[in-house]
Amino acid sequence: MYAQMVKSEATQDDPEKLAAFEARIAADEKIEPKDWMPVGYRKTLIRQIGQHAHSEIVGQLPEGNWITRAPTLERKAILLAKVQDEAGHGLYLYCAAETLGVSRDELTEMLLDGRMKYSSIFNYPTLTWADMGAVGWLVDGAAIMNQVPLQRTSYGPYSRAMIRICKEESFHQRQGYDIMMKMANGTPAQKRMAQDALNRFWYPSLMMFGPSDKDSVHSAQSMAWKIKMNTNDELRQKFVDQTVPQAEYLGLTVPDENLKWNDEKGGYDFSEPDWSEFFEVIKGNGPCNTERLAARNKAWDDGAWVREGMLAHARKKAARAVAAE
Amino acid sequence: MDETLFDFLLRMGDSTLILGHRISEWCGHAPVLEEDIALANTALDLIGQTQMWLGLAGEIEGKGRSADDLAFLRDAWDFRNALLVELPNGDFGRTILRQFLFDAWHKPMLKALAGSDNERVAEIAAKAVKEVDYHLERSANTVVALGDGTDESHRRMQDALDALWPYAGELRTIAGPDGVIPDGVADAHSAMMREVLSEATLKIPEGEFAHKGGVSGQMHTEHLGHLLTTMQWLQRAYPGATW
Repeated sequence: MYAQMVKSEATQDDPEKLAAFEARIAADEKIEPKDWMPVGYRKTLIRQIGQHAHSEIVGQLPEGNWITRAPTLERKAILLAKVQDEAGHGLYLYCAAETLGVSRDELTEMLLDGRMKYSSIFNYPTLTWADMGAVGWLVDGAAIMNQVPLQRTSYGPYSRAMIRICKEESFHQRQGYDIMMKMANGTPAQKRMAQDALNRFWYPSLMMFGPSDKDSVHSAQSMAWKIKMNTNDELRQKFVDQTVPQAEYLGLTVPDENLKWNDEKGGYDFSEPDWSEFFEVIKGNGPCNTERLAARNKAWDDGAWVREGMLAHARKKAARAVAAE
Repeated sequence: MDETLFDFLLRMGDSTLILGHRISEWCGHAPVLEEDIALANTALDLIGQTQMWLGLAGEIEGKGRSADDLAFLRDAWDFRNALLVELPNGDFGRTILRQFLFDAWHKPMLKALAGSDNERVAEIAAKAVKEVDYHLERSANTVVALGDGTDESHRRMQDALDALWPYAGELRTIAGPDGVIPDGVADAHSAMMREVLSEATLKIPEGEFAHKGGVSGQMHTEHLGHLLTTMQWLQRAYPGATW
């Protein structure tokens, strides 16, 4: 879905190579897998792309939760296609990370034992069908806001993966908004579900951009390396400005008493999310952290015999082919 | 109303619906990412085929019921799917073996139906068989790989076959739109199963016994009611709402 809490590290690289690298970044050249890159750049990218990939995979769970209860055949098909896309995004991103010298299995193990994170939004539950709308509209909407600039990110394979992903994400957001429209214009019960979903997902969606830049000590280096293209606050503002009129169009109320158009800045003033809640969720205390990781661990453990079986068969087949020559 | 045609359409559409639903339960939980994607893809194809079969069933019935009405507002006794597809997923081995037993029937059945005199049926079958060709290739390859793989994967696949084999035969009792079982489907199903299971080094259980009751609707398993409880929840809880 997207990467947050991006961290980078200052390293002891060869100053000449570093200067040449930084000149390439300044000239907006793409960095490719075989090019020289600072150790910190590589590490930051592995972390960011890995977290992004994990977010796609864990992100299958809250929506997968409703596939078997989708209310019509068409909604079921659309939701299946969407969750399948997310698995596909995970795949491209793991491939992009592999170009930096880390395997998909290594990254997976780091997710499963908690060394790597995924987007905190997926630690919130999906309680009604309207949540499928809210996730598409708000969560994918916030993700797109983060991802569109990443199409121009400096690392070539990441940038190319983001270009593919963004195309699909905009379809996801539209289908989410379409669900919300149906619900908001539906029966009183459906309208109540829609409002309830907005109430629960509004602040967690604002959190998806990460803490304010003044509290994000690692943003500066990532921006200098063009791994990250905009500040967290810029993107959050843009998201609010885009989303509020959409909520109004739906006839829903954004759960923020302080929300007000500010002519001077040409954007909305709005309340900050509760950052202490954000940090609790990151620490593992969100409503679904335990279930999400347990589900991924179970899939991995239960699937071990399948992976081993397929590998063993592939080896036997190769050996038989050699013997037959 | 042509009851024979209607029943045939329910047998096809209910089987794809229930199997599609079962496979979709795997979404996000498969052993490897590629399998997750492939299972979702298969489920998606089957749900798409359901829309066509049940859509036509509603038209033939002529009572104004849509594919969604048929899927979400009938109770278990009105479902006509084969018992095999309503069985719980079990482990991945059981899921993929069930898929293979179904695909090995589904492909020759659709191939035969593509030549049906009923143009609407022929059209749907011709479209579906292209998808099912791929389903069969994939499920057969996976059954072979896991049957041949490690001792554990072999044991699990044999267990799956022992459990599911008595449910494979009912598929071959499904008649075409004219009430007659199309020529060659049963033989093609048996031949495909023998070929692939032998390559997978799996032993076909002895005996010809086959559970029946799904296709006739006379006796489903206990599992179907639970599946419908989940699948039909929203339509039942909020009658008349549109989604």
